[in-house]
Amino acid sequence: MIDLTTSYLGMNLKNPLVVSASPLCEEVDNIRRMEDAGAAAVVLHSLFEEQITLESHELNHHLSHSAESYAEALSYFPDMMNYNLGPEGYLEHIRRVKEAVDIPVIGSLNGVSTGGWITYAKKIEEAGADALELNIYFIPTDPEMTGADVEQMYVDLVRDVTSSVALPVAVKIGPYFSAMANMARRLDRAGAGALVLFNRFYQPDFDLEELEVVPDLDLSRSYELRLRLRWVAILYGRIKADMAVTGGVHTAEDVLKAMMAGARVAMMTSALLIHGIEHLARVRADILQWMEEHEYESIRQMQGSMSQRSVADPAAFERANYMKVLSSYPLHRR
Amino acid sequence: MNRPKVTIDGNEAVAYVAHHTNEVIAIYPITPASPMGEWADQWSAEGRTNIWGAVPEVVEMQSEAGAAGAVHGSLQAGALTTTFTASQGLLLKIPNMYKIAGELNSTVFHIASRTVATHALSIFGDHSDVMAARATGFAMLASGSVQEAMDFALIAQAATLEARVPFLHFFDGFRTSHEVDKIEQLTPEDMRAMIDEELVRAHRARALSPDHPFIRGTAQNPDAFFQAREAVNPYYRACPTIVQNVMDKFARLVGRQYHLFDYVGAPDAERVIVLMGSGAETVHETVEYLVARGEKVGVIKVRLYRPFSVEHFIAALPPTVRVIAALDRTKEPGSLGEPLYLDVVAAVTEAVSRGEAPFEAPPRIIGGRYGLSSKEFTPAMVKGVFDEMTKDHPKNHFTVGIHDDVTHTSIAFDPEFSTEDPETVRAVFYGLGSDGTVSANKNSIKIIGEKTDYYAQGYFVYDSKKAGSVTISHLRFGPRPIRSTYLISRANFVACHQFSFLERFDVLKVAEPGATFLLNSPYGPDEVWDHLPRRVQQQIIDKKLRFFVIDAYQIARQTGLGVRINTIMQTCFFAITDILPREEAILSIKESIRKTYGRRGEVIVEKNLAAVDQALDHLSEVRVPDRVTSTFDLRPPVPPEAPEFVQKVTAKLIAGEGDSLPVSAFPPDGTFPSGTARWEKRNIALEIPVWDEDLCIQCGKCVLVCPHAVIRAKIYDPRYLDGAPPTFKSAPARWREFKDMRYTLQVAPEDCTGCSLCVEVCPAKSKSEVRHKAINMEPQPPIRQQERENWDFFLQLPEIDRQALSLAHVKDVQVLEPLFEFSGACAGCGETPYIKLMTQLFGDRALVANATGCSSIYGGNLPTTPWTFNRQGRGPAWSNSLFEDNAEFGLGMRLALDKQAEYARRLLKRLSGTIGDELVEALLTADQSSEAGIQQQRERVALLKERLQGLDSPEARDLLALADALVKKSVWIIGGDGWAYDIGYGGLDHVLASGRNVNLLVLDTEVYSNTGGQMSKATPRGAVAKFAAAGKATPKKDLAMMAMTYGHVYVARVAMGGNDAHTVKAFLEAEAYDGPSLIIAYSHCIAHGYDMAYGMEQQKAAVLTGYWPLFRYNPDRLKEGKNPLQLDSKPPRLPLEKYVYNETRYKMLVHSHPEVAKKLLKLAQEDVRARWRLYEYWAAMPVNGATGKEEKE
Repeated sequence: MIDLTTSYLGMNLKNPLVVSASPLCEEVDNIRRMEDAGAAAVVLHSLFEEQITLESHELNHHLSHSAESYAEALSYFPDMMNYNLGPEGYLEHIRRVKEAVDIPVIGSLNGVSTGGWITYAKKIEEAGADALELNIYFIPTDPEMTGADVEQMYVDLVRDVTSSVALPVAVKIGPYFSAMANMARRLDRAGAGALVLFNRFYQPDFDLEELEVVPDLDLSRSYELRLRLRWVAILYGRIKADMAVTGGVHTAEDVLKAMMAGARVAMMTSALLIHGIEHLARVRADILQWMEEHEYESIRQMQGSMSQRSVADPAAFERANYMKVLSSYPLHRR
Repeated sequence: MNRPKVTIDGNEAVAYVAHHTNEVIAIYPITPASPMGEWADQWSAEGRTNIWGAVPEVVEMQSEAGAAGAVHGSLQAGALTTTFTASQGLLLKIPNMYKIAGELNSTVFHIASRTVATHALSIFGDHSDVMAARATGFAMLASGSVQEAMDFALIAQAATLEARVPFLHFFDGFRTSHEVDKIEQLTPEDMRAMIDEELVRAHRARALSPDHPFIRGTAQNPDAFFQAREAVNPYYRACPTIVQNVMDKFARLVGRQYHLFDYVGAPDAERVIVLMGSGAETVHETVEYLVARGEKVGVIKVRLYRPFSVEHFIAALPPTVRVIAALDRTKEPGSLGEPLYLDVVAAVTEAVSRGEAPFEAPPRIIGGRYGLSSKEFTPAMVKGVFDEMTKDHPKNHFTVGIHDDVTHTSIAFDPEFSTEDPETVRAVFYGLGSDGTVSANKNSIKIIGEKTDYYAQGYFVYDSKKAGSVTISHLRFGPRPIRSTYLISRANFVACHQFSFLERFDVLKVAEPGATFLLNSPYGPDEVWDHLPRRVQQQIIDKKLRFFVIDAYQIARQTGLGVRINTIMQTCFFAITDILPREEAILSIKESIRKTYGRRGEVIVEKNLAAVDQALDHLSEVRVPDRVTSTFDLRPPVPPEAPEFVQKVTAKLIAGEGDSLPVSAFPPDGTFPSGTARWEKRNIALEIPVWDEDLCIQCGKCVLVCPHAVIRAKIYDPRYLDGAPPTFKSAPARWREFKDMRYTLQVAPEDCTGCSLCVEVCPAKSKSEVRHKAINMEPQPPIRQQERENWDFFLQLPEIDRQALSLAHVKDVQVLEPLFEFSGACAGCGETPYIKLMTQLFGDRALVANATGCSSIYGGNLPTTPWTFNRQGRGPAWSNSLFEDNAEFGLGMRLALDKQAEYARRLLKRLSGTIGDELVEALLTADQSSEAGIQQQRERVALLKERLQGLDSPEARDLLALADALVKKSVWIIGGDGWAYDIGYGGLDHVLASGRNVNLLVLDTEVYSNTGGQMSKATPRGAVAKFAAAGKATPKKDLAMMAMTYGHVYVARVAMGGNDAHTVKAFLEAEAYDGPSLIIAYSHCIAHGYDMAYGMEQQKAAVLTGYWPLFRYNPDRLKEGKNPLQLDSKPPRLPLEKYVYNETRYKMLVHSHPEVAKKLLKLAQEDVRARWRLYEYWAAMPVNGATGKEEKE
């Protein structure tokens, strides 16, 4: 009997397949289907503080704009008693998801202000989430802001939130730190229960005909996994926090690699968007088959087995390996 | 019982009772009654129940006639049913009202009385509507204040159930419907106590039911009808006593005693005014003032006008009365007198002749008119009437409040006479619509109403312009009841929330000596003085005003409130006036901010709270110098070169001094000159577009989309540049045909509204800095003067010969002179670009029938009109008939034109020998399908007129008068979706069916825009609108598809932002088609809830998602064996949500009803797919062996 269980953020999970934050998680039905297809946990789509603020402003603007100006039209919209603005809809969603499924439900939060992060984190906790993922992304465009400033900001934020809630807190970050290992350790010490590596940002594209900047996010591909594998492998055993791989996990092989690098869970979204939620079941079956074929007994057995400290050539993770990659490339090509 | 005090307006007061005491409410929007329906709809959407615990069913109908039908049916089926309306709306209900009364149905119609359109439409208040309904058999109960409106709504409801006579409960439009007062709110218990459940059950028992069947609504013959009609008499006889009994019961319950006729005044009064409505409050106030000074005067407030009880009326009059003046707020031309006057005459005469009158001698009775269309009715005028009554030969059939220098009906009064209570705070605020002044003032009244024992009143005067509109708020607070139903003319507090107003209006005219003046000023206390016009400085000194300034815009910017300065100015008002202790006032403002903005998000609350605190820190008192130093004064309303009528009449109206114009200043038949908007320089844009001639590709898109025709292009010979102002720009014309000519794109700096739609559509971006386009917004004040000169120079450049242009190209269309300019439409309006395009293409030979709505208001609301004419004096001839009949109105124009042309052609043939066969032949066979053809025909007509000049036969004179009919005319029937889809649909359908050559342009904003965004049948599924507060559940009606089923109708669905060339092509084809044409034009609108600068982009999204497919259905193609339907846009390429969720009307449903929003979005997406498939199928259908698809391929 192959044991697929793992643990993440102090929760025992039936397997390492976690669905990461995406619009798919906005529907309770989808989450039910994810559970049925074998997902061990789900990270809900993010609650964006900025969006809440923006929506408030927008609604207020359009309800007030041009009101009380012209005698025949003192307003242009019915002003309802309740708009369900702010986090209410999101919190209600958590409650409904919790009622609908048995797997752990991880809330996701993207804040702007310190107050916002803490307030909303508490609300997510109160709504019944099993854990919280802080979806931090910040583009430091101010030339006066140093790398140290940015890092401190992250650390403060994680400390503030983790000291305000009792929930286990995962921190989802991007790869753009000068000293990722140090950063990971600082976040670990600030109280992060897990690091989710790595966030994928919207990358603005240019429309050459319209000469406009177009925000865009392509679905991830398996090759993106490599950056994650490298860092999980490097960090494994050096920090206390659990690690999750997100970005580029599409197949059973991807999941297995993540586990071997040292991740506790592998998170998927793009693959589900491409192949459908039921893809989870195939991945799970493929994992089992691979493990059977290769005579693995459990997931835990392989976790970290190819981390930097466990491989024959630890330097493989450290060098740029330009020469080797070049020369080996034709061999890999069939 | 301790009843809550609330500060609300008349509409809300009435709707509150109506919603509590009815089961079915049938509504239709019409100013000023719309808010009653909106309240009812919103309350039902929120699940509020009536006194029986049920949520009333609120249904919007396609017209008031429809609403009346629904009411009638609901009553017949036994539900307690009501409706709200005004003006033309009431007129549309009249046929049913006869039936409803004839069948003794218990119901109350609540009417915010409004002027019925005659020589002009007016949205304001008078009794011409209810007076037109006085023969229907409805009882008529008049209330004169907000409190009375609430009380009488209940009294009427209780009385109708007992009397079985249906009631019109009416109150004055705007003056009562929109006046905000502190009143005592009736409780549901009060309503339960007043409504007799037995009578409710009896009402239900009378209903149609198959369980105890009968028939009602028979047809009767001479043998039966008369007697049967008289059978109702006992009910009408009993009605007045029933009403009085209900009033007495109400008095026992609530404490306010009303009578059928309430008398106020000296018990031994000799002069008594009789009137009803809000004017009675002003007379009441004046009478108290005069009686206190020993005058023997009084007033009778008529409450129950129908059935008119002679007995009660005579009993209410003091027996000492010698002269009675009956004042009517209506005009009945040709009658012996107005209705109330005639009733009073009849009542007194009857009483005297029966010997039942208590008078020593029969009193003299005179009648007069006052207050038409909300004309001010002041204590000074009341005093004028009382003074007239003292004369030996007082004027009868007089008018008061105007100067009638034509038929000399008006009586004189002393405008200085005032009864204002010195203990009442009287505050006047000048604001911009967009700055939130009115909201702030409504809020202040609420605070004062709730936090003090003061009586409080607020009345708001709005602009008829939709962009840059000015609001004037009149607020009174005081220890004594406020009956002043007139504007404040002596204010002890004046606030001007816009610095630029000081140059435009005489803001301090209303300030009384010693008053306080608060100014929102970009200049601080030490520098502001020199920036004030001379007149303002003089008034501040002469009247010894206390003067405060604050830079509210700076604070608003700092706190992230944008241009909303409402809370800032409100805080200053409370800080200065001491109506409440400062601390308490601030706490109250903050509390109300939390209440008002709390549901819109915490962040909004925080910003407003911050603004309150900052306001206090930045408010400063100005040390007023003792002498006038300014070097400039108020701007004249129009430039000196404006024509005489504009100088004499229009300028007064613009300056807000229209009340001073005498009768002789006005045309008697509603005819006004066109082309007057150009004289009203409003300077409302903070930023205007500036042209970069090097970057411009001269595509003309900016000119096409400009809603106010303020961006214009011309191609001209370089020699005309001689004498150009130094900053005048030009570039080589980028046309192959005009390669040696110059091109200029010029902006009218003082007419631009600053919407920036033009900048958004400009496709030319700088290669080194893409945000810089060929036009860019820049601050207006620094370039106002230079651009004014450039604009004037531009205007006098010659227009290009239209024959040299290819009208199918947007690039060429830009140089066609628009004959619709500088309208009062919203900044960024989505409708006006289409109208402007029509005038560019066909304006010099167009007749326009315009349905009531936004387009009739920005097109025809005084003081000015955007419809104009070209250098030859030709331009669109425009008229507005009604809302419901516009298609028919336009068809009538076509019929007349065709008849005239036919007669002219007959005359031509008859006179051929005299005129010259060759000319006649050319005139009769002219091809007028092109600009050149029309031009040539005009030349022939000119020659014809020349030849006819010398002839003296009746036929020649007839032909001379009709000669212009030989030039092709273009009839345009224009209106919004409310007209085309709803109220006017029957007529529109009939006109389409007629086959006549008319062009119907539907400016589809998908809501009733003009009345504030109520749902129409054009409203899309899933959108929130008023009357669809929980999202419209059914899909938009496909008017185009319905029209196409005729087969002989040219139909186009266009969206300028989706494809401008397609729009132009459709207009040209529609006009060229010799039959009915229907263009449905996507018009983005302020009621969609997004920044209208992106209107064209949003139109593109509508097309790309397939929500708004572009197509043309041209029956002429059948002649060529082609499918008439051509799909001109591609299959849906984007999901619908990419379009809809850019707009508040859809998004707010996601916030308020997320599950419903999700469901409706899904259905709406299915609608798009299904409709596209259907169109595709139709366009591909073989027609005589060929298909549209094949032809396209």
